[in-house]
Amino acid sequence: MTIAENRNVAGTPGHHDGTHLTSEGAQEMDRRSFAGGVEVLREVGSVLRLSEAEAGADAPDDAETTIINMGPQHPSTHGVLRLMLELDGETVLRTKPVIGYLHTGMEKTGETLTYLQGGTNVTRMDYASPIFNELVFSLAAEKLLGVELPPRAVWIRMLLSELNRLTSHFLFLATNGMDLGSSSMMIYGWREREEGLRILEMITGLRMNHNFIRVGGTAADLPDGWQERLATYLESIPARLEEYEVLMTNQPIWRERLQGVGTISTEEALALGATGPILRSTGYGWDLRREMPYLAYDEVDFDVVVGTYGDSFDRYAIRLNEIRESMKILWQCIERMPAGDYRVQDKKVTPPPRARIDESMEALIHHFKIFTEGFKVPEGEVYVGIESPRGELGCYLVSDGGPTPYRMHIRGPSFVNLQVLPHLMHGGLIADAVAIISSVDPIMGEVDR
Amino acid sequence: MADDAPATDAEVAPDVAPEPELLHGAPVTYSRGQKVAHPTREQLVDLVRTLRDDDGYVMCLDLAGVDYLAHRRADLPEGVEPERFEVVVTLISHAQRERLRLRVQVPESDPVVPTLFEVHPGTDAMEREVFDMFGIAFDGHPDLTRILMPEDWHGHPLRKDYAVGRIPVQFKDAPSR
Repeated sequence: MTIAENRNVAGTPGHHDGTHLTSEGAQEMDRRSFAGGVEVLREVGSVLRLSEAEAGADAPDDAETTIINMGPQHPSTHGVLRLMLELDGETVLRTKPVIGYLHTGMEKTGETLTYLQGGTNVTRMDYASPIFNELVFSLAAEKLLGVELPPRAVWIRMLLSELNRLTSHFLFLATNGMDLGSSSMMIYGWREREEGLRILEMITGLRMNHNFIRVGGTAADLPDGWQERLATYLESIPARLEEYEVLMTNQPIWRERLQGVGTISTEEALALGATGPILRSTGYGWDLRREMPYLAYDEVDFDVVVGTYGDSFDRYAIRLNEIRESMKILWQCIERMPAGDYRVQDKKVTPPPRARIDESMEALIHHFKIFTEGFKVPEGEVYVGIESPRGELGCYLVSDGGPTPYRMHIRGPSFVNLQVLPHLMHGGLIADAVAIISSVDPIMGEVDR
Repeated sequence: MADDAPATDAEVAPDVAPEPELLHGAPVTYSRGQKVAHPTREQLVDLVRTLRDDDGYVMCLDLAGVDYLAHRRADLPEGVEPERFEVVVTLISHAQRERLRLRVQVPESDPVVPTLFEVHPGTDAMEREVFDMFGIAFDGHPDLTRILMPEDWHGHPLRKDYAVGRIPVQFKDAPSR
């Protein structure tokens, strides 16, 4: 039982002896006869329901199929996702996602950055929802530290999360429209998203990659006039969502393109680890904000949107309606934002206020120490999961007692969700592949990290 | 207060010390209030299957590797021998609204763990990632290849003895300095 005995490792005998369909090295698509029943099982997405013999019985003949390559530069693959597709005419049989084109070793980098610097690293993973990355990293570090945040910090984080969920879902609506040929939706979605990003910019200083949520609270308090600015934005959205309903939801062509395309059942979604809108589209109401509340989600009123059929249309409709639910939470944030401090006043993690630095030598030293060597986090390991727009975003953090994480692992929902693609695409048309990739809404920065 | 404290300690101590909590034969510890079980490699697959079928842990959320080359842990329960590598499996029970972490010790001399693919097919990509990053093989995995690094890459980047920036040129056929 060694690594070399595994059949697919490069360098093992039999690797270039004509048993493969492509010349892609280790990651290629094998002949069915060589790959065995497991490959066929994965193709039909029935790892749970069929035996290998049953699945192999009606496997198509390799000689009659075509293998084409889609991506990594294909405009509808959302970045640098590459798919190897096996086609029988126009019908997709096998799909193999090939990833790693955007791998930048962020988990390794995370081990060399202090907890204060770590936010700048993780925020670049899922670049469509950076706030969530910062949040999950900070929550994990705070769990290790054992600090309790003041209510205002918690609510500011919730406000930013939901605002970011809005912009992320608008980005989905824009790209989904674009992929399906509705280029007006692309413009509309981008317009709404940009408005949201302007508010994020007003609060955090940056449109994306904010590094605003930090261990121990946030980087700053909310700026003056944020309520009016956010309220104006929220008031403008409902009418626009109505426009989308006319433009897309109620439009026969849109429905034809999405309904019944790329269906998945609850059991399959659970087995494949799919979370977020994909799991909810099957009628399974699992939303961490509701089921395992973090921040102050147990104090606000909102609904969890679920689908029925598990198809691309349900996934579209869920995201559209989650915008409405996020708006509800944002209104409650405007009304109920507690007063108080925006960060915990714990000398261990919080730099002293600017005014103190001018009058106290100790404060100056303390400030210098925090920003040069960082604060130390007690030994231990934790896993924290939150509901990002794409599903459960998790952070597994191991500390050895030093100022940098010993190990920082991010469970990216897109990375895991991508595994449902071969199943969703099987038996569909190649033209539907674009609709299906879009409905999974993968962000490649998070997939490859 | 001062008088009460030792008395309570004396009462509680005999109950806690001798019987470590077990979960289907695997010792259990708690880390910041989170439940962690420590099965052996041999126990892992059966334990995960039992947890899925009987205890409601319907989904495998995450599977990650850790290289403990440079850190001596103090949080392992008695009877669990620390090894260089650790595979950390995170499961979730939707009915109990609870996560459970399994930490499996993997020796450097034989870095192989049985695959969870048969129990949770969703571990496919995660096991490939751990194989790619740590060189831990998953016995029985249907497609154990590199997933994030190029397939002709040497070494496993997240190992602690793999230095950052050790290889100057990242691309195939590019002239090296």
